[in-house]
Amino acid sequence: MPDAPALPAAATVRTEVVAERGVVTVGGGWQISQSPPVWPGLPPGTVGVRLVAEALGRWDSSLPLFLAGVRRECRAAGLPCDDAELPPRLRDLLAQFEAAQARGAPADRADSFLTAVGLATREVAVQARAILDFVGECALSAVRLARSPRRFRWADCAAEMQQCGAMALPIVSLISFLVGVTLAYTGAIVLRQFGGDIWIADLVGLSMVREMGAVMTAVVLAGRTGAAYAATLGNMKANEEIDALATLGIPPVQFLVLPRLLALALMMPVLALYANALGILGGLVIAYAVLAIPPTAFWVELLTIIDLSDVASGVIKAVAFGLIVGLAGCLRGLQAERSADGVGRATTSAVVTALLLLVIADALFAVLFDVLGI
Amino acid sequence: MDAPARLAPGEIPAIAAEALDCGYEGRLVLRDITFSVAPGEIFFVIGGSGCGKSTLLRHLIGLQEPRRGRVSFHGEPFAAADTAGRRELLRTFGVLFQGGALWSSLTLRENVALPLEEYTPLSRRERGELAALKLAQVGLQGFEDYYPAEISGGMRKRAGLARALALDPAVVFFDEPSAGLDPVTSRSLDDLIRQVRDTFGTTIVVVSHELASIFALADRAIMLAREEQGIIAAGPPAALLESSDPRVRAFLTRTAPA
Repeated sequence: MPDAPALPAAATVRTEVVAERGVVTVGGGWQISQSPPVWPGLPPGTVGVRLVAEALGRWDSSLPLFLAGVRRECRAAGLPCDDAELPPRLRDLLAQFEAAQARGAPADRADSFLTAVGLATREVAVQARAILDFVGECALSAVRLARSPRRFRWADCAAEMQQCGAMALPIVSLISFLVGVTLAYTGAIVLRQFGGDIWIADLVGLSMVREMGAVMTAVVLAGRTGAAYAATLGNMKANEEIDALATLGIPPVQFLVLPRLLALALMMPVLALYANALGILGGLVIAYAVLAIPPTAFWVELLTIIDLSDVASGVIKAVAFGLIVGLAGCLRGLQAERSADGVGRATTSAVVTALLLLVIADALFAVLFDVLGI
Repeated sequence: MDAPARLAPGEIPAIAAEALDCGYEGRLVLRDITFSVAPGEIFFVIGGSGCGKSTLLRHLIGLQEPRRGRVSFHGEPFAAADTAGRRELLRTFGVLFQGGALWSSLTLRENVALPLEEYTPLSRRERGELAALKLAQVGLQGFEDYYPAEISGGMRKRAGLARALALDPAVVFFDEPSAGLDPVTSRSLDDLIRQVRDTFGTTIVVVSHELASIFALADRAIMLAREEQGIIAAGPPAALLESSDPRVRAFLTRTAPA
């Protein structure tokens, strides 16, 4: 069956009618990489078909594939097809080929629209439950660690703080500065029409401190750190490292998740404050360059509009956003399937989950701060 | 040491390694390896851990360029072939990697059908049907639409074999086929390897240190040793048991060397 590099004679098919029965004769060499010979189909008026092999050279799977096609046509036309004259090995393979075409799929695979909707709905409930379970498990682990802080992996936490904090400074700087620039430009178009140029400081300052500083930093970290957490934990799961922890009686949440969560919860407010400063700087540069507002005037106006509660509201949000990014990344990593594809999906899912929860949390904070009058 | 071939006079070996030096950047693992494998032969590469078995395999299947020497398939040197020639040679052999190496985002049917898509003019339906046949041949009928993550390790290996056999190759390489399998599954995989050779006349090269498989399957074997960075024994397993080198006897009888 396997073909040596020497090219065999070309495959041939001959069809003739003998006593009202079609005779399909195959011969020559059959190679799967070559196009099979053209077969015109069953001759009209035949009452049955015989399959015959003659001067057959080397052949491979392409021959049973071709003969199965002939038999399929016979079945469709309701004609008997006799393969008794084929070599036994070819006949066996042909039978095996036809038997192999029964399909099988896992029972939980969606094969209709309604099934797909049902499975997706069930999945939403399962995911919501998983997030709640995970948050609960993290809280319990945090309480246990608070009782015995020596067991906390401070070295891991410090390394993570460096990764998600110091290493993120360049991208946070660039994005915050540009957000400040964009806000100032957008505001300038309107404010100039009313002669309220100086209020550009109020617009940029309040937007950055109360909203954009924390939100933009969280978005950057969701893409940068949350995705990295999901990929790392997903790979660890695929390599059975998580199982190894579990068999040692070490809860993966305590060992892997809490250091990462704490690192993000600590570094996010620091990065958000830094982002506020860079954003305001961006606004100040545009105010000076485009609206000719002196930096001192900008600064004085800024101090009249921003108070400590504005800064605090941004910092509180940043802590919550840090926890959300960390939870989404770690949860999706621990849920990853044990394959390269599973890790990829977990990474995507971590970012999407984090962004979704960030938007929901931000809306809830807006309502809460309004009610509290902050 | 060169491994004597079991070739008939004038017969072109299915695989020939000539004066092969194998290694990675700055590190020579094997030197001056010469052997040939006859068409239809089941040939084992054996040796202790770290002796260079997998390195040799990577050089044989073209994943690594040899430092010196050459590998030929049916008399065609692999390294000297141009891109089209190399592609044609790649079509003539299949590889079963240690863990199956199935593409996780594709179903088993799609995994087996991918080489067919790449190398044959078959239609999508025909590729699917042939893939189903190959999967049935390795005992995976009914699992065509499963993803690799949904089946066991032994089944993944079988599916990997189905993919290696997709193009009816003249030579199939196996990297540690028994690794991680229970004895029964391992035995059934051995039976499958023999069946492939007996039915299709396929040349089989197996890298393994599984003694049961060596004695059950091998027509001939070469043994590599880390100290010599080369072949220290060659021949049928029964003859290797009589080797003058105590390391070979110790390896094959699973005893500690004196």
